Amino acid sequence: MLAAKFSDLITPQLGHQLHQRKLLNLGFMVMGLVAIMVALFTLAALIIHMAMSGWPRLSTWEFFTAFASRRPERAGILAAWVGSLLVISVTAIVAVPIGVAAGIYLEEYARKNWLSELIEINVTNLAGVPSIIYGLLALGVFVYEFKFGRSVLTAGCTLALLILPIVIVTTRESLRSIPQMIREAAYAVGATQWQVIWHHVLPYSIGGILTGTIIGLSRAIGETSSLITIGALTFIAFLPESPFQGKPPFVSWEWLNSPFTVMPIQMFNWVSRPNPEFQVNAAAAGTVLMTMTLLMNGFAIYLRYRLRQGIKW
Amino acid sequence: MVTSSSQTMQRLDSQFPIKAEVRSLDFYYGQSQVLNDINLAIPDRQITALMGPSGCGKTTLLRCFNRMHDLYPNNRYRGEILLDQRHNILSPTIDPIEVRMRIGMVFQKPNPFPKSVYENVAYGLRVQGRTQRSDLDEKVEAALKSAALWHEVKDRLKEPAFNLSGGQQQRLCIARALVTNPDLVLFDEPTSALDPMSTAHIEELMRQLKAQVTILIVTHSLQQAARFSDYAAFMYLGKLVEFQKTTKLFAEPQDPLTQSYLSGSVG
Repeated sequence: MLAAKFSDLITPQLGHQLHQRKLLNLGFMVMGLVAIMVALFTLAALIIHMAMSGWPRLSTWEFFTAFASRRPERAGILAAWVGSLLVISVTAIVAVPIGVAAGIYLEEYARKNWLSELIEINVTNLAGVPSIIYGLLALGVFVYEFKFGRSVLTAGCTLALLILPIVIVTTRESLRSIPQMIREAAYAVGATQWQVIWHHVLPYSIGGILTGTIIGLSRAIGETSSLITIGALTFIAFLPESPFQGKPPFVSWEWLNSPFTVMPIQMFNWVSRPNPEFQVNAAAAGTVLMTMTLLMNGFAIYLRYRLRQGIKW
Repeated sequence: MVTSSSQTMQRLDSQFPIKAEVRSLDFYYGQSQVLNDINLAIPDRQITALMGPSGCGKTTLLRCFNRMHDLYPNNRYRGEILLDQRHNILSPTIDPIEVRMRIGMVFQKPNPFPKSVYENVAYGLRVQGRTQRSDLDEKVEAALKSAALWHEVKDRLKEPAFNLSGGQQQRLCIARALVTNPDLVLFDEPTSALDPMSTAHIEELMRQLKAQVTILIVTHSLQQAARFSDYAAFMYLGKLVEFQKTTKLFAEPQDPLTQSYLSGSVG
């Protein structure tokens, strides 16, 4: 027998219960929305407040071209942003080849046994080690043992150690996402393991690897405590020697040995001054640092989008 | 029932030269035995179909021919596969990469590389270090013609392979397997992911291909095996139950297991 109305098909109890189930669903959705709003709003408020406080200094070009100074209205971030750029370059040059190579080895070559399991767990653990510990390690190894000094080189290597676990883990995840059938297709025509990796696995996963690496670098650029530990200067009024020279051999490596400061240390320095005008400088430096980080993350997203075009499994 | 298959093998000997011969092959995944004393002779330039219900070991047997199992740990095998009556390609002294340069494979799902049509086909030559453009061009064209794809893609060689339809992608994979002039091409249910039109196209292609290359194909479709294979092997629970000329196997199966499988009561 056909029911007269569709809703007649269910009993009142079932209908009531359905109403309650849907209410619960709605309730969770609202809760989730509130949670994400709280997170986003806090971040937005922080950035806007900082940008507005720092605006008087940000709007002057001298802020970017002047060295630190005792007079707040003349102090700038030249040494800091150049230092950050140089340190981050060293970090990338050291961390990317080592991290990617380690990731490839662990994912593609290493036998799966208790030892590789142990290494895997420890690499993940390393990502959680407080950065000041890395600073102490670097002070002992790079500064005192290797005699690198309190230099750009030491700082770059320290931050490289710090982000190495991130690079290794993202490399492995990206490699793992390449379907086995693509590897088998390459093996089936007589490729060696290295050819499979070099011609296929690595090119197809490079988007993910680069994304992870840039996210790691953007963490490194805001890193403070480990660099203070190795003895970064907080007040510096000169630039490292330029890597590019006007006369042969045109490149110089002197900058690697140069003392340095970086953006977050400069900011830290200004925040700790009692003079309120330095707080404006700190806010301005913070805004620049945030912008650098956001730009790097934006670039990572763009890269991932570009490199994944035309690859679908 | 192994004895019946080795008798068949001898009968086949007199009719066609043998391309590859499996001798007492056992295979284990870890502790579980998947293939049990397989004996099988693959006739030269014919289509031989391996059929049987899921889990009977037909794909495992197929993948022994190009040592695909060597890529994964915990696989063990014992026995021989003689190529051209001479070389035991399962021997540890033979490099699996050399085997794969002579025995091609086409997979269940079309799996072109995310590269151009041209580079997909040329890859088998590139891994051998061949770079001369005219040589590559010539071989790529010949392979695409053999795979009945040349006329559809000759103006789109630089396009990504993913722009091709599913059936075209599978024929591209066939061209990729043919470019190195293999002795034997393995097909692992090559049409199971394709629509009926593309399937018919691929089956027709295989009929043409057998003039130049020996074909070993795994299929779970009885109709497909009946349609175009010359010889058919029926496997059940890791054993080779019966191996015959296809027409004979379907008309008068000897083994009761084969009879019940063909009639649909097993599998």
